[in-house]
Amino acid sequence: MGLEPAKENRQTVRLRDSPAVRVGVSISVATGLYGISFGALSVTSGLDFWQTMALSLLLFSGGSQFAFIGVVGGGGSGVAAMSAATLLGMRNGIYGMQLNALLRPRGWRRFASAQVTIDESAATSTGQTDPDEQRRGFWAAGIGIYVLWNVFTAVGALAGSGLGDPRQWGLDGAAVAAFLALLWPRLKGREPAAIAVVCAVATVLAVPWVPPGVPILVAAVVAAVIGAVSHGRSNEGLEPDVDPYPESNETFRGGTA
Amino acid sequence: MNLWGWILVACVLAYGWKLVGYLLPAAVLGNPRMSRIAGAMTIGLLASLTVVNATVTGQSIVLDARLGALVAAAVALFLRAPFLVVVIAGAAAAALLRLAGFP
Repeated sequence: MGLEPAKENRQTVRLRDSPAVRVGVSISVATGLYGISFGALSVTSGLDFWQTMALSLLLFSGGSQFAFIGVVGGGGSGVAAMSAATLLGMRNGIYGMQLNALLRPRGWRRFASAQVTIDESAATSTGQTDPDEQRRGFWAAGIGIYVLWNVFTAVGALAGSGLGDPRQWGLDGAAVAAFLALLWPRLKGREPAAIAVVCAVATVLAVPWVPPGVPILVAAVVAAVIGAVSHGRSNEGLEPDVDPYPESNETFRGGTA
Repeated sequence: MNLWGWILVACVLAYGWKLVGYLLPAAVLGNPRMSRIAGAMTIGLLASLTVVNATVTGQSIVLDARLGALVAAAVALFLRAPFLVVVIAGAAAAALLRLAGFP
């Protein structure tokens, strides 16, 4: 106390005082941790360790990664898995556009920003009102999740490869739970729920007629058509798996935080 | 193409989507219809993946222990459990149902 903080400590103190950085760090821990379930499910779906790590290091978008292994695990082809993952990745383009308008990254930062543009970093950033906080929140969540997601993917992949029969451990049930958990926060309101039900029905109807993995793409087409003709909220479905600002969405809507 | 090939294609295209948002003029992706399509596809794909993983084996609908995992996950989510707890609840439900003799 009473001592001037050393010059090199100023940055740390300031970052610790930043509300956006605090939110970014806590969302990084919450999101990074469930990389364990991705790693374990990926190796039991038939990918090897480095294929699993390639998805987390290079693709780096939770929903798309789970989609890829979900299709492969269900006996679908590589092209079906790639297609499902790619269609799910479209929303990151929307986030990229929003963040580009907000943060205006230049030079190499633009290419680095793109790689860590995901649901959670976009939500952490856009939930702030001050431009500096928006920037800090984006990088804190983006880099924090990138590092922890990859570390915990590796942990899960190593643990999962020693498990033996995945069905005995209920890992196929874990995959079901993971997809429902990814879907759940996006079901706010009547229209998202209706889209989910229609696409689930379209999937079940398509299953006997097309190869494994393709029913998921049929559902994507149905969803795209609904999206093209709908007049609902333009941000429905574009929500993070872990909400960085849970209070402000429930009780303090309209607040300044 | 083998699995490695499709993984790398998926990685390149995923980065492509992200980068497109930064490089294209805002008007291209900025209209509400593109946002609605992206949002609806996200919901539709995740709903479809949930159903496929819960009930599909090969090209038929099979009702087994995975359905118990779906119910357990829904209960956990309703109780606002964090993601990892939901996943563990799903695994535990499926494993216990198999121990009890369900397929």
